[in-house]
Amino acid sequence: MLHIHCPHCGEHREEEEFHYKGEAHLQRPPDPDAASDETWGDYLFFRSNPRGLHHEMWYHTSCRKYFNVTRHTVSYEILEVYRIGEQPRVTADNGGSHP
Amino acid sequence: MSETAQQERFTVFNQRPGATVEAQSPLHHRYERDAATHGAGDAGVTLGEVRFLGHLSLRGNPDDEAFRSGCTRALGLELPTTPLTISRTEAISIQWISPDEWLVLVPGGNEHTAELDLRRHLDGHYSVVNVSGGQTLITLRGPHARDVLMKSAPYDLHPRNFPVDKGVLTVFAKASANIRRAGEDEWELIVRRTFADYIWGWLCDAATEYGLALQAP
Repeated sequence: MLHIHCPHCGEHREEEEFHYKGEAHLQRPPDPDAASDETWGDYLFFRSNPRGLHHEMWYHTSCRKYFNVTRHTVSYEILEVYRIGEQPRVTADNGGSHP
Repeated sequence: MSETAQQERFTVFNQRPGATVEAQSPLHHRYERDAATHGAGDAGVTLGEVRFLGHLSLRGNPDDEAFRSGCTRALGLELPTTPLTISRTEAISIQWISPDEWLVLVPGGNEHTAELDLRRHLDGHYSVVNVSGGQTLITLRGPHARDVLMKSAPYDLHPRNFPVDKGVLTVFAKASANIRRAGEDEWELIVRRTFADYIWGWLCDAATEYGLALQAP
Protein backbone atom coordinates (compact mmCIF):
# COMPACT_ATOMS: atom_id res chain seq x y z
CA MET A 1 0.00 0.00 0.00
CA LEU A 2 1.44 3.36 -1.02
CA HIS A 3 1.18 6.37 1.24
CA ILE A 4 0.83 9.34 -1.08
CA HIS A 5 1.12 13.02 -0.27
CA CYS A 6 -1.57 15.09 -1.97
CA PRO A 7 -0.20 18.56 -2.76
CA HIS A 8 -3.72 20.02 -2.75
CA CYS A 9 -4.91 18.60 0.58
CA GLY A 10 -1.43 18.98 2.06
CA GLU A 11 -1.27 15.60 3.77
CA HIS A 12 -0.57 11.93 3.22
CA ARG A 13 -3.44 9.61 2.35
CA GLU A 14 -3.84 5.91 1.67
CA GLU A 15 -3.46 4.67 -1.88
CA GLU A 16 -7.13 3.61 -1.83
CA GLU A 17 -8.11 7.26 -2.25
CA PHE A 18 -6.12 7.68 -5.44
CA HIS A 19 -6.25 6.52 -9.02
CA TYR A 20 -3.20 6.03 -11.17
CA LYS A 21 -3.55 8.03 -14.38
CA GLY A 22 -0.57 7.04 -16.48
CA GLU A 23 2.61 8.69 -17.65
CA ALA A 24 3.01 12.43 -17.06
CA HIS A 25 4.36 15.12 -19.39
CA LEU A 26 2.96 13.61 -22.58
CA GLN A 27 2.60 16.37 -25.09
CA ARG A 28 -0.20 16.25 -27.62
CA PRO A 29 1.09 17.02 -31.11
CA PRO A 30 0.23 20.71 -31.52
CA ASP A 31 -1.29 20.22 -34.98
CA PRO A 32 -2.90 16.74 -35.13
CA ASP A 33 -3.80 17.07 -38.81
CA ALA A 34 -0.18 17.67 -39.72
CA ALA A 35 1.20 14.93 -37.46
CA SER A 36 2.49 11.79 -39.16
CA ASP A 37 0.84 8.48 -38.32
CA GLU A 38 3.94 7.51 -36.39
CA THR A 39 3.94 10.66 -34.25
CA TRP A 40 0.24 10.36 -33.57
CA GLY A 41 0.50 6.63 -32.86
CA ASP A 42 3.36 7.25 -30.42
CA TYR A 43 1.32 9.91 -28.66
CA LEU A 44 -1.76 7.72 -28.37
CA PHE A 45 -0.37 4.28 -27.65
CA PHE A 46 3.32 4.17 -26.76
CA ARG A 47 4.56 4.72 -23.21
CA SER A 48 8.08 4.67 -21.88
CA ASN A 49 7.69 1.98 -19.17
CA PRO A 50 11.12 2.55 -17.60
CA ARG A 51 12.88 0.43 -15.01
CA GLY A 52 13.75 3.17 -12.56
CA LEU A 53 12.39 6.67 -12.19
CA HIS A 54 8.95 7.26 -13.62
CA HIS A 55 7.04 10.52 -13.77
CA GLU A 56 3.35 9.74 -13.57
CA MET A 57 -0.02 11.32 -12.93
CA TRP A 58 -2.26 10.47 -10.01
CA TYR A 59 -5.80 11.56 -9.25
CA HIS A 60 -7.07 12.16 -5.73
CA THR A 61 -10.74 11.21 -5.41
CA SER A 62 -11.06 13.28 -2.25
CA CYS A 63 -10.24 16.72 -3.69
CA ARG A 64 -10.83 15.56 -7.30
CA LYS A 65 -7.54 16.94 -8.54
CA TYR A 66 -4.64 15.62 -10.58
CA PHE A 67 -0.97 15.90 -9.64
CA ASN A 68 2.37 14.39 -10.65
CA VAL A 69 4.48 11.87 -8.81
CA THR A 70 8.06 10.72 -9.39
CA ARG A 71 8.19 7.08 -8.39
CA HIS A 72 10.86 4.41 -8.63
CA THR A 73 9.33 1.46 -10.44
CA VAL A 74 11.59 -1.09 -8.72
CA SER A 75 11.47 0.06 -5.10
CA TYR A 76 8.10 1.85 -5.48
CA GLU A 77 9.57 4.71 -3.47
CA ILE A 78 7.94 8.05 -4.16
CA LEU A 79 10.72 10.61 -4.53
CA GLU A 80 8.63 13.72 -5.03
CA VAL A 81 5.14 15.00 -5.62
CA TYR A 82 4.52 18.11 -7.70
CA ARG A 83 1.60 19.91 -9.26
CA ILE A 84 0.41 19.73 -12.84
CA GLY A 85 2.31 22.30 -14.89
CA GLU A 86 5.46 22.01 -12.80
CA GLN A 87 8.62 20.18 -13.81
CA PRO A 88 10.16 17.37 -11.71
CA ARG A 89 13.22 18.18 -9.62
CA VAL A 90 14.29 14.55 -9.34
CA THR A 91 15.08 13.04 -12.75
CA ALA A 92 17.22 10.16 -14.01
CA ASP A 93 19.65 12.76 -15.37
CA ASN A 94 20.38 14.48 -12.10
CA GLY A 95 21.39 11.39 -10.16
CA GLY A 96 17.98 10.31 -8.94
CA SER A 97 18.50 6.70 -10.02
CA HIS A 98 18.09 3.94 -7.49
CA PRO A 99 17.57 5.37 -4.03
CA MET B 1 -38.63 48.41 -9.56
CA SER B 2 -40.49 45.60 -7.89
CA GLU B 3 -38.83 42.27 -7.06
CA THR B 4 -40.84 40.39 -9.70
CA ALA B 5 -40.15 42.88 -12.45
CA GLN B 6 -36.43 42.80 -11.83
CA GLN B 7 -34.66 40.93 -14.58
CA GLU B 8 -32.38 38.21 -13.21
CA ARG B 9 -29.31 37.14 -15.14
CA PHE B 10 -30.14 33.50 -14.47
CA THR B 11 -33.00 31.06 -14.02
CA VAL B 12 -32.89 28.68 -11.08
CA PHE B 13 -35.38 25.92 -10.48
CA ASN B 14 -36.60 25.51 -6.91
CA GLN B 15 -36.15 21.80 -6.27
CA ARG B 16 -38.19 21.75 -3.07
CA PRO B 17 -41.72 20.68 -4.00
CA GLY B 18 -43.49 22.44 -1.12
CA ALA B 19 -45.76 21.26 1.66
CA THR B 20 -48.20 19.39 -0.58
CA VAL B 21 -45.67 16.69 -1.37
CA GLU B 22 -44.26 14.58 1.43
CA ALA B 23 -40.47 14.58 1.34
CA GLN B 24 -38.58 11.42 2.23
CA SER B 25 -34.97 11.33 3.31
CA PRO B 26 -32.67 8.59 2.01
CA LEU B 27 -32.96 6.99 5.48
CA HIS B 28 -36.72 7.35 5.65
CA HIS B 29 -37.22 3.61 6.07
CA ARG B 30 -34.50 3.03 8.66
CA TYR B 31 -35.38 4.83 11.86
CA GLU B 32 -38.58 3.01 12.92
CA ARG B 33 -37.14 -0.34 12.02
CA ASP B 34 -33.83 0.15 13.85
CA ALA B 35 -35.34 1.92 16.85
CA ALA B 36 -37.10 -1.34 17.75
CA THR B 37 -33.73 -3.10 18.00
CA HIS B 38 -31.61 -0.36 19.53
CA GLY B 39 -33.12 1.35 22.53
CA ALA B 40 -32.34 4.86 23.59
CA GLY B 41 -30.59 5.21 26.94
CA ASP B 42 -27.05 4.92 28.25
CA ALA B 43 -25.24 4.67 24.99
CA GLY B 44 -21.64 4.79 23.89
CA VAL B 45 -22.80 6.07 20.54
CA THR B 46 -25.88 8.01 19.52
CA LEU B 47 -26.69 7.92 15.86
CA GLY B 48 -28.99 10.35 14.10
CA GLU B 49 -29.82 11.87 10.77
CA VAL B 50 -30.22 15.57 10.05
CA ARG B 51 -32.79 15.43 7.29
CA PHE B 52 -33.44 17.83 4.42
CA LEU B 53 -30.55 20.21 4.95
CA GLY B 54 -29.64 22.44 2.03
CA HIS B 55 -26.38 21.31 0.43
CA LEU B 56 -24.73 23.57 -2.13
CA SER B 57 -21.61 22.76 -4.06
CA LEU B 58 -19.77 26.01 -4.71
CA ARG B 59 -16.82 26.37 -7.07
CA GLY B 60 -14.67 29.30 -8.07
CA ASN B 61 -11.20 30.75 -7.98
CA PRO B 62 -10.08 31.56 -4.41
CA ASP B 63 -7.44 33.98 -5.76
CA ASP B 64 -10.23 36.09 -7.27
CA GLU B 65 -10.96 38.80 -4.73
CA ALA B 66 -14.39 39.53 -6.28
CA PHE B 67 -15.40 35.89 -5.98
CA ARG B 68 -14.38 35.64 -2.33
CA SER B 69 -15.98 38.91 -1.28
CA GLY B 70 -19.14 38.04 -3.23
CA CYS B 71 -19.42 34.77 -1.32
CA THR B 72 -18.84 36.54 1.98
CA ARG B 73 -21.62 39.04 1.23
CA ALA B 74 -24.03 36.33 0.09
CA LEU B 75 -23.38 33.87 2.91
CA GLY B 76 -22.29 36.16 5.74
CA LEU B 77 -19.26 33.96 6.31
CA GLU B 78 -15.84 33.87 4.67
CA LEU B 79 -14.80 30.93 2.53
CA PRO B 80 -12.19 28.85 4.35
CA THR B 81 -9.01 28.72 2.26
CA THR B 82 -7.03 26.48 4.62
CA PRO B 83 -7.28 22.91 3.34
CA LEU B 84 -9.64 20.53 5.16
CA THR B 85 -11.23 23.15 7.41
CA ILE B 86 -14.84 24.11 8.09
CA SER B 87 -16.17 27.59 8.95
CA ARG B 88 -19.43 27.68 10.86
CA THR B 89 -22.06 30.01 12.19
CA GLU B 90 -25.17 28.91 14.09
CA ALA B 91 -27.04 28.40 10.84
CA ILE B 92 -24.59 27.54 8.10
CA SER B 93 -21.27 25.87 7.51
CA ILE B 94 -18.77 26.09 4.67
CA GLN B 95 -16.32 23.26 4.17
CA TRP B 96 -13.13 23.32 2.10
CA ILE B 97 -13.36 20.43 -0.35
CA SER B 98 -10.57 21.27 -2.76
CA PRO B 99 -8.61 24.44 -3.64
CA ASP B 100 -11.53 25.64 -5.78
CA GLU B 101 -14.53 23.84 -4.26
CA TRP B 102 -16.57 24.27 -1.09
CA LEU B 103 -19.60 22.54 0.40
CA VAL B 104 -22.11 24.95 1.89
CA LEU B 105 -24.74 23.61 4.30
CA VAL B 106 -27.74 25.83 4.98
CA PRO B 107 -30.91 25.16 6.99
CA GLY B 108 -33.43 23.02 5.11
CA GLY B 109 -35.67 25.13 2.89
CA ASN B 110 -33.10 27.91 2.54
CA GLU B 111 -31.07 26.32 -0.23
CA HIS B 112 -32.98 27.99 -3.04
CA THR B 113 -32.64 31.49 -1.59
CA ALA B 114 -29.00 30.82 -0.69
CA GLU B 115 -28.30 29.82 -4.27
CA LEU B 116 -30.08 32.91 -5.60
CA ASP B 117 -28.11 35.10 -3.18
CA LEU B 118 -24.83 33.60 -4.34
CA ARG B 119 -25.71 34.07 -8.00
CA ARG B 120 -26.72 37.68 -7.40
CA HIS B 121 -23.39 38.42 -5.74
CA LEU B 122 -21.14 36.47 -8.10
CA ASP B 123 -20.08 37.09 -11.66
CA GLY B 124 -17.75 35.50 -14.17
CA HIS B 125 -16.35 32.01 -13.80
CA TYR B 126 -18.03 30.21 -10.89
CA SER B 127 -20.50 27.42 -10.24
CA VAL B 128 -23.23 26.82 -7.68
CA VAL B 129 -25.06 23.50 -7.71
CA ASN B 130 -27.85 22.50 -5.37
CA VAL B 131 -26.95 18.94 -4.38
CA SER B 132 -29.37 18.71 -1.44
CA GLY B 133 -31.23 15.75 -2.90
CA GLY B 134 -28.02 13.83 -3.53
CA GLN B 135 -26.69 13.45 -0.02
CA THR B 136 -27.63 13.41 3.62
CA LEU B 137 -25.99 14.11 6.95
CA ILE B 138 -25.58 11.46 9.66
CA THR B 139 -24.51 12.48 13.17
CA LEU B 140 -22.56 10.40 15.69
CA ARG B 141 -22.26 11.51 19.29
CA GLY B 142 -20.86 9.94 22.41
CA PRO B 143 -17.64 8.69 24.00
CA HIS B 144 -17.29 5.83 21.52
CA ALA B 145 -18.22 7.71 18.36
CA ARG B 146 -14.59 7.89 17.30
CA ASP B 147 -14.10 4.16 17.92
CA VAL B 148 -16.90 3.39 15.50
CA LEU B 149 -15.34 5.61 12.84
CA MET B 150 -11.89 4.13 13.45
CA LYS B 151 -13.24 0.69 12.61
CA SER B 152 -14.69 2.00 9.39
CA ALA B 153 -12.09 4.23 7.76
CA PRO B 154 -8.31 4.04 7.31
CA TYR B 155 -7.94 7.78 7.91
CA ASP B 156 -6.18 8.91 11.12
CA LEU B 157 -8.95 10.19 13.40
CA HIS B 158 -6.79 10.87 16.45
CA PRO B 159 -7.47 14.35 17.90
CA ARG B 160 -3.88 15.35 17.17
CA ASN B 161 -4.59 14.86 13.47
CA PHE B 162 -8.31 15.63 13.51
CA PRO B 163 -9.17 18.79 15.44
CA VAL B 164 -12.72 20.10 15.73
CA ASP B 165 -13.95 21.68 12.49
CA LYS B 166 -11.74 19.60 10.29
CA GLY B 167 -13.45 17.71 7.47
CA VAL B 168 -12.11 15.14 5.02
CA LEU B 169 -13.56 13.21 2.12
CA THR B 170 -12.26 9.69 2.38
CA VAL B 171 -13.06 6.05 1.94
CA PHE B 172 -15.50 4.74 4.50
CA ALA B 173 -16.45 1.08 4.88
CA LYS B 174 -16.77 -0.04 1.26
CA ALA B 175 -18.13 3.32 0.18
CA SER B 176 -16.97 6.92 0.59
CA ALA B 177 -18.00 9.63 3.01
CA ASN B 178 -17.25 13.15 4.08
CA ILE B 179 -16.15 12.89 7.74
CA ARG B 180 -16.43 16.09 9.77
CA ARG B 181 -15.67 16.70 13.42
CA ALA B 182 -18.31 19.01 14.87
CA GLY B 183 -17.28 18.89 18.54
CA GLU B 184 -15.23 17.03 21.12
CA ASP B 185 -17.36 13.86 20.84
CA GLU B 186 -19.51 14.91 17.91
CA TRP B 187 -18.96 13.81 14.36
CA GLU B 188 -20.86 14.30 11.12
CA LEU B 189 -20.87 12.07 8.09
CA ILE B 190 -22.11 13.40 4.79
CA VAL B 191 -22.89 10.49 2.52
CA ARG B 192 -24.38 10.08 -0.91
CA ARG B 193 -28.02 9.10 -0.79
CA THR B 194 -27.38 5.84 -2.59
CA PHE B 195 -24.81 4.88 0.05
CA ALA B 196 -26.89 6.12 2.98
CA ASP B 197 -28.73 2.87 3.66
CA TYR B 198 -25.53 0.82 3.50
CA ILE B 199 -23.54 3.20 5.71
CA TRP B 200 -26.35 3.52 8.25
CA GLY B 201 -26.56 -0.27 8.45
CA TRP B 202 -22.78 -0.48 8.81
CA LEU B 203 -22.80 2.10 11.60
CA CYS B 204 -25.58 0.35 13.52
CA ASP B 205 -23.65 -2.90 13.29
CA ALA B 206 -20.31 -1.32 14.21
CA ALA B 207 -21.75 0.63 17.14
CA THR B 208 -23.69 -2.20 18.77
CA GLU B 209 -20.75 -3.34 20.91
CA TYR B 210 -20.50 0.13 22.53
CA GLY B 211 -24.23 0.48 23.17
CA LEU B 212 -26.15 2.22 20.44
CA ALA B 213 -28.99 4.71 20.78
CA LEU B 214 -30.88 6.29 17.93
CA GLN B 215 -31.91 9.88 17.93
CA ALA B 216 -35.33 10.49 16.46
CA PRO B 217 -35.05 12.56 13.28
